[in-house]
Amino acid sequence: MPKLDFSAYETKGFYDEMFDENNNVRPNYKLFLERLQKMSPKKLSTLQHSTDRAQLSLGMTFNVYDDNQGVERILHLDIIPRIIDNKEWTHLERGLQQRIKALNLFIQDIYNDQKVLKDKIIPKEIIFSSISYLKELEGFKPPKDIWCHITGSDLIKGGDGQYYVLEDNLRCPSGVSYMLENREILKRTFPELFEKLGVKSVYDYTHILRDTLESLTDAENPTVVVLTPGIYNSAYFEHSYLAQQMGAELVEGKDLIVQNEIVYIITTNGLKRVDVIYRRVDDEFIDPLAFNKKSVLGTPGLFNAYLKGNVVLVNAPGTGVVDDKAVYAYIPRIIKYYLEEDMILPNVKTYICDEEQDRKYVLENIHNLVVKQTDASGGYGMLVGPKSTKKEQQEFIEKIKHNPRNYIAQPMINLSRVPTITDENTIEGRHVDLRPYALYGDDIKIIPGALTRVALKKGSIVVNSSQGGGSKDTWVLNH
Amino acid sequence: MLGRVANTIYWMNRYLERAENYARFIDVNYNLSLEMPPDEEQQWKPIVVITGDWELYKSLNTKVSKSKVIYFLAFDEKNPNSIYNCIQKARENARAIRPEITKEFWEQINALNYLVKAGLENKCHKENNLREFFTNVKNGCQLLYGMYDATISRNEGWHFGKLGQAIERADKTSRVLDTKYHLLLDSPNEVGSSLDLIQWSSLLKSVSAYDMYRKKYGKLTSASIAEFLILDTEFPRSILACLIRAEQSLITLSGSSFGFSNSAQKQLGALKSQLEYTAINEIISGGMHEYLDDIQKKLNGISTAVYESFFTIENQIAT
Repeated sequence: MPKLDFSAYETKGFYDEMFDENNNVRPNYKLFLERLQKMSPKKLSTLQHSTDRAQLSLGMTFNVYDDNQGVERILHLDIIPRIIDNKEWTHLERGLQQRIKALNLFIQDIYNDQKVLKDKIIPKEIIFSSISYLKELEGFKPPKDIWCHITGSDLIKGGDGQYYVLEDNLRCPSGVSYMLENREILKRTFPELFEKLGVKSVYDYTHILRDTLESLTDAENPTVVVLTPGIYNSAYFEHSYLAQQMGAELVEGKDLIVQNEIVYIITTNGLKRVDVIYRRVDDEFIDPLAFNKKSVLGTPGLFNAYLKGNVVLVNAPGTGVVDDKAVYAYIPRIIKYYLEEDMILPNVKTYICDEEQDRKYVLENIHNLVVKQTDASGGYGMLVGPKSTKKEQQEFIEKIKHNPRNYIAQPMINLSRVPTITDENTIEGRHVDLRPYALYGDDIKIIPGALTRVALKKGSIVVNSSQGGGSKDTWVLNH
Repeated sequence: MLGRVANTIYWMNRYLERAENYARFIDVNYNLSLEMPPDEEQQWKPIVVITGDWELYKSLNTKVSKSKVIYFLAFDEKNPNSIYNCIQKARENARAIRPEITKEFWEQINALNYLVKAGLENKCHKENNLREFFTNVKNGCQLLYGMYDATISRNEGWHFGKLGQAIERADKTSRVLDTKYHLLLDSPNEVGSSLDLIQWSSLLKSVSAYDMYRKKYGKLTSASIAEFLILDTEFPRSILACLIRAEQSLITLSGSSFGFSNSAQKQLGALKSQLEYTAINEIISGGMHEYLDDIQKKLNGISTAVYESFFTIENQIAT
């Protein structure tokens, strides 16, 4: 039986997480590679297929936007894990804690004293023109002054082997259920390696999440609910998974009712007061009285009940302003301003199209840059310069000229790669990013694991699930 | 518990019960057809009539044939009650109330969903080995009944599920009896002939009642069979036993065991008492069809009353 052979594995031009530039295995992957090399290609393929089946039976599916309602797909899980050693992880952990602490202070500030604006650290026009800035929250302070309870920042590793923060997701970061379920599946795929390698557990995420949610209210035996847009939402699997794992009620907007500024769920035995809502519905849709009047996902009066302090919303409304890609460019200065520290995890160099000098540079170099719409996510509204046609570039030039506030640009980063099983059952490097999850309760906890998203198409750097991306389990080692 | 969630559990169980019943109807009828004179219409029309979807069938098909009926009842996406649609809806309901059920139940309902999808893709209705498919559907549903009872707490949700299952089951038993009873009494076969016996046995098998019936009565007679399927208090698929089961859950959900505290309890209690104090010869002399038709109408009324008493928002805001 032939064994798996890595002699033709290509690492040129990119940072590979398993092999160094001389094709020597990196220490964190040594044991894993030994295990792979004892395996036949057929065995590998069998393991991969049983993973696909496990995902189906667990119902780990998502719906794709723009698709027919009810069309479910699986987020492909590649069984070769991303492995991170403890030293690298500690660095990430410290960097994320620093960043989240500063961003939380920033949000509290812009809705209250606005010192950061008065001191001209960030132009106030950028904040006030952000569609995610909620004027209604001015003067408001959430319980314990925490706004971003749950964060899932997107990180990438460049050709220099350095981590960069690509995006902060402070609204409703998704994917944590895949981190947890991927782990359960991989524990069945490579049971012996978990013990041998010393992989840190991610198991307690939902317990910490529940504790975090409960810590935000004084109610005894609080009623905690997860608010979902419903079963056709692309992340519905996750909403139901988290509710079930936390023992919380899974509700839709129509299951809630507000009376005298108090939120209730409508039960078979009458109304029951709700204390904490982990909402997976965007700000715009949570309350048709306060925001989008056409929203059928929300509950009339919910936002007002929140402002009165009668219910806790997690994450707090208004945090989306940090997700604005124009605000992102100022985060190094924001961290320095609030914490008087240098940023541990750097940003990717960002050109702000609203600033004349930057815009000029972007328009001239668009073929080398990645252009992003400031209020979009999920890989939508984006131009990858080097992989685009002249026509597409011209379209974006027009868009930028028409509404410069709406665009930023970044140099193209050569995302690092991890060996991945191809459709032809060979192993090739594929580009990945990293989404670790943080919970902000009494302190900021970074769960030792992450969702590693992988661009399955050869050469592609777009890792989003809606655009042909898959996932990998992420192993953080004890040493 | 949320009214919407309770409603979803109730219907998830009804859909599963319906799918299992359909699988059994088809399987038994298929088995029967192998030993009967080759008149496809005569053999296959009644089971469409049982399901109450004969009008829909006629609008979609020009003639009655074995494969067309099987396709219609098992796979047709245009038939809202086909096994395919029932399992899809049951699974979608399970997905909507995932926190109320267990991992075992969830994984099994996914497996059943893929089984039925594969059946459609592989064009099972044209195969000779289609009995294996229907056996798998039946087993898959029965596995779910077992998991429902063995892994889920006897909480509100569980009782709503059992209520839905019992009402659906009572309805299906009454429909099978209603349709077949007359066909058999009017059939040209001599009473007690082997064809006659095969037919009556198949009626019992359609509701999994053959073994338990034989144990209790031994001999096959039309009156005993009707008595067993309508009035028996011990056989779990008889109409009365289903009503007794439904009432147990409804009492727990309503919180009162004397009289009634809502319209669902009132209607269910009245129907149960009616059956408790009726003898089979009274039913036969008064007209079997009229009697069963009345039961089906009352079951529909109970289901509507359950909805109004527990699941609607209007009711909750008023309390």
